[in-house]
Amino acid sequence: MSIAKAATKATPYVFVGPAMLLLIAFGVLPLLVALVVSFTDMDISGLANWSNIGFAGTANYERLFADPDFGQAFGNTVFFALIGVPSVVIVSLAVALLLARSNSRFFRALRAFYFIPAITGIVAIALVWGYLYNTQFGLFNWLLSLVGLPPVQWLSDPLLAKFSVAFVAIWRGTGLNIIIFLAALQGVPKEYREAAALDGAGSWRTTWSVVIPLLRFAILFVTVTTVIAWLQFFDEPFVLTDGGPLGATTSMSIFLYKEGFRLNQFGYASAGSVVLFIVIALVTALQLRSRRADVEY
Amino acid sequence: MSSTETPTLVIPEPQPASPPTLPLRPSLSPRGRARRGTGVTVLVALALAAGALITAFPFAWMLFSSVKPQSESIDYPPKLFADQPTLEYYVRLFTELDFDRYLVNTLIVVLIGGFGLLFMAMAGYAFAKYDFRGKSGLFFLVLATLMIPVQVTMIPTYLILNGMKLTNTLVGIALPTLISGFGIFLFRQFMSTIPTELLEAARLDGASEFRIFATIVLPISKPILAVQAVLAFIGGWNSFLWPLIIASDQNLYTLSVGLALLNQQIAVNPSLQMAAACVQVVPILIVFLIFQRYVVQGFALSGLK
Repeated sequence: MSIAKAATKATPYVFVGPAMLLLIAFGVLPLLVALVVSFTDMDISGLANWSNIGFAGTANYERLFADPDFGQAFGNTVFFALIGVPSVVIVSLAVALLLARSNSRFFRALRAFYFIPAITGIVAIALVWGYLYNTQFGLFNWLLSLVGLPPVQWLSDPLLAKFSVAFVAIWRGTGLNIIIFLAALQGVPKEYREAAALDGAGSWRTTWSVVIPLLRFAILFVTVTTVIAWLQFFDEPFVLTDGGPLGATTSMSIFLYKEGFRLNQFGYASAGSVVLFIVIALVTALQLRSRRADVEY
Repeated sequence: MSSTETPTLVIPEPQPASPPTLPLRPSLSPRGRARRGTGVTVLVALALAAGALITAFPFAWMLFSSVKPQSESIDYPPKLFADQPTLEYYVRLFTELDFDRYLVNTLIVVLIGGFGLLFMAMAGYAFAKYDFRGKSGLFFLVLATLMIPVQVTMIPTYLILNGMKLTNTLVGIALPTLISGFGIFLFRQFMSTIPTELLEAARLDGASEFRIFATIVLPISKPILAVQAVLAFIGGWNSFLWPLIIASDQNLYTLSVGLALLNQQIAVNPSLQMAAACVQVVPILIVFLIFQRYVVQGFALSGLK
């Protein structure tokens, strides 16, 4: 506490100032702007001249909940989250546990391969996967033909497109989480495992009953951030299918982008943004609360 | 860090020098258990190697396709290796197309990101080591921004940048993603572990607060700085959404946006596109491979467990 006394009062504000100003300008303020704009009929003419903006009350929200396209986007987002979150969390935890089995040069070299998708730009990923999924000269359909299966419309069949797009996102989403789990595993004291092993627990049993409970915080962190990421699902459908075919891969974020930037319906899209934010905040709060009850046995 | 022992080894007995074999029946003797552990590790290694190859395969495909002549890249059945490898598409990217311009723009966006890194480190330090009015409120804001999706703030941020006359500038492209709440959080986690006595001693010696930050705090924080620098580099290098929204002038396009332009020609020339994808992916792979160790280490040290 004597630090605070010794330092002049302004010092901490100088340290947090630049970052907080930017964070407020581009994180917090936009949310408030979205809230305000969501009660107006702002469109492209309002962007040019603010006097063209009119108060719209809750009209945007009423229209939103009656809009079948928004309903479909909402349903798609839930579908994506239900497939994506468990896949990403389980795959990255499993891979991290296996990678942490040994510290040999070989295992450490393998790690890098699993990180590659996470650090690659989405557009490059879209180009490569678009090429692999291509129906005329793509590799995947050729692989299917090798085992005698007919070609498949990876990105133009409405149901299959959902899975194709989600698969790319799962492939890309595991890398960072593997890093986080590996880092957390370094914090598991070796003595715990050895004690469990001395008590006769096999490696499977040790992992399940000793290591995984110790990773509780990392698992919570990864689950919460992964849920948020999938509720915001945007990149993969945006570049691979542009939300198609027939809106089958239109997530809430894609819907917002189209309404906002293609149709210039800023007021309407902002109302959608506010709804999306509330959904994310509620889901996150629910997760944190259920886990807290879990920890305080 | 470089020992090769397996975590499941029970007894610290030297491993057999002969290649490990899987016993038919798991024996309970220490040596048998150790052997079984090694056998399982070999199986795990094989499974992980297979998984790694599958994960990395699309990139191998990208690399090999980028040197195929166009006729070969749309050939059916597809082949992994080119019959007549060529680098002509790389040349075209930088001569006929504007990829040199995009590359420079991308590097400028990455460099601007360096300021964000410094700001986040400063904020993390203040949250970790100072008491001040409004601290908990501000820190709550930092964490709250983690929940706000980009798409929610996309339109208002555009309106704000438009109001600041920063649309169509590289600074405008870099600003929205300069600071991440996650970054400040990680800095704070790490810097909380710096002993306060160390800072006190420097103060007694008459060092100014900023001198302490620059000469003591930053050097100690190298591991977390490395993580954040790599993450900031990756983020800046891959930036796509903001240049797409903010830049209407082609001269301001980043590599990602330039790539997206090529995306419309997928049926025409996959080789050119794969070459462009390589230009975007390969540099970042190299940066990441060099710093990979620090990234995992840095996350571990930031107390994320």
